[in-house]
Amino acid sequence: MIDLRDVSKSYSKGHPAISHMNLHVEKGEFVFIVGNSGSGKSTLIKLLLKELDPTSGTITVNGQRLNKMRRRKVAKYRRGIGVVFQDFRLLKDRNVYENVAFAQRVIERPTRIIKKRVPEMLTLVGLAEKYKSKPDQLSGGEQQRVALARALVNRPNLLLADEPTGNLDPKNSFEIMKLLEEINQRGTTVLVVTHNREIVNAFRKRVITMKKGVIVSDEQEGEYLNEN
Amino acid sequence: MRISTIAYIFKQGFKNIWRNLRFSLASIATMAACIFLFGVFLSLVMNFNNIVHAAEEGIAVVVYFDTGTKQEQIDQIGNDIEKQPGVADINYVSADEAWESFKDVYLEGEDESMEGAFKSNDNPLANSARYEVYLDDVEQQDTLVKYIEGLDGVRKVEKSEVAANTLSSFNRLMAYVSLAIVVILLAVAFFLIYNTITMGISVRQEEIGIMKLIGATDFFVRSPFVIEGILLGVIGAAIPLGILYGVYERVINYIVTKFHMLGSFLQFLSVNDVFRWLLPVGIGLGVGIGFFGSIFSVRKHLKV
Ligand SMILES: Nc1ncnc2c1ncn2[C@@H]1O[C@H](COP(=O)(O)OP(=O)(O)OP(=O)(O)O)[C@@H](O)[C@H]1O
Ligand SMILES: [Mg+2]
Repeated sequence: MIDLRDVSKSYSKGHPAISHMNLHVEKGEFVFIVGNSGSGKSTLIKLLLKELDPTSGTITVNGQRLNKMRRRKVAKYRRGIGVVFQDFRLLKDRNVYENVAFAQRVIERPTRIIKKRVPEMLTLVGLAEKYKSKPDQLSGGEQQRVALARALVNRPNLLLADEPTGNLDPKNSFEIMKLLEEINQRGTTVLVVTHNREIVNAFRKRVITMKKGVIVSDEQEGEYLNEN
Repeated sequence: MRISTIAYIFKQGFKNIWRNLRFSLASIATMAACIFLFGVFLSLVMNFNNIVHAAEEGIAVVVYFDTGTKQEQIDQIGNDIEKQPGVADINYVSADEAWESFKDVYLEGEDESMEGAFKSNDNPLANSARYEVYLDDVEQQDTLVKYIEGLDGVRKVEKSEVAANTLSSFNRLMAYVSLAIVVILLAVAFFLIYNTITMGISVRQEEIGIMKLIGATDFFVRSPFVIEGILLGVIGAAIPLGILYGVYERVINYIVTKFHMLGSFLQFLSVNDVFRWLLPVGIGLGVGIGFFGSIFSVRKHLKV
């Protein structure tokens, strides 16, 4: 599903955010990515979405080489991916319903399907009553759940979630993570960036630990490593 | 493309207008002023053209014959002229008729002796038998005159060059001047729509970026802005066209009643005659300016 070969990404002349990274993720895997702040986790997500291009190395997702991808193909590629951004990136002038519906409009779903799918998704993340609110009328946790609903509504085959529970209380965090596990069991490959030790340790999944742009540990049924 | 998608794109186009209302209204107002003036000019030019045409039809080429030309030859000349292109009508006035009509006009009420004095001689206007040739199209006059002058038995051809040329060149000048003004106004409308769309894009740069990351195509992101531009153009054209439609006949009626002595020879067009042209051209300009204004803006500022 995901294959990184000697990938580096530098923003400027300083230390690279990702340095000579090799990573392989099979279709259907569930992977936690952990690591200190600034270790390059979000950068990795952005590379996978082709929001950024690597400074060197090759990235292949779903058999498609991202480096060589034509500009016109990028939109289509992204439609197969659900993303929860660390900073949510909701459309500010649209309400919750329209934000989630937008992902469906992009893939040209007919309106009658959208009218069915979006409320289902909002119920799933527990935001059914707030469908009319604008993002700035929501709490951080609520915005996060809108972002998740938007990422999942198209039933993507790859889900990239950058701290999807960062603003949620422990109970909500667990529920959301259960939801992601369920989606994974239905066939979606899931990559979750998180700082939540309890969750990582409870779910017993593959855990990749990053430090200063390098993978320092990669364990099946891993645990959240103590920071050092 | 799906109906749902098209509906969505249109809805976003409308919303864009609303979001950016002040600029939108400025664009619509400029477009409206432009199309209004265009409509006024077009009405003037079309009516003037019509009047000129009517006047042209009244202009005749007059053909006189050599003394002693036989009636058969005169008939032959008549037949030849009638076959020429551009000839609408030909009318024979015999020497006697000419004399009668001369008497009607100039000798009316003069005493009998005066008339008798003339009568003792032969018809004094014996040489004024003539054809009056009416034309469809004044442009054809010169060719026709040359042809007639070459015919046997023709003594003289009179034409009314001056009147015809002045009328059509004045009409042409008016058309050019109004065209120039309209072109300038269209350019202004174009730039206002261009700026309105550019504004809309710049305040929504962040949103556009998000849409792209979710997988929206360039087309999907751009179309609402193009629809917005077209809508601005169409609304801006529809308002003045509606006003002109309502006002046109009233203005004509006013002119006809106020200057009724003109009314007899000024033939005005009906509102439907004018709108047969004005409506498609006006709406077409609205759509075109809106489309190109927004397309140019989107191409330049929406490189996503
Ligand atoms: N747009 C940018 N321009 C310059 N440097 C950047 C940019 N984005 C990130 N960086 C740098 O790249 C490094 C990795 O950043 P990244 O956002 O990937 O970290 P992270 O692991 O997601 O951290 P966190 O857990 O705080 O979200 C950091 O040192 C950061 O300062
Ligand atoms: Mg991050």
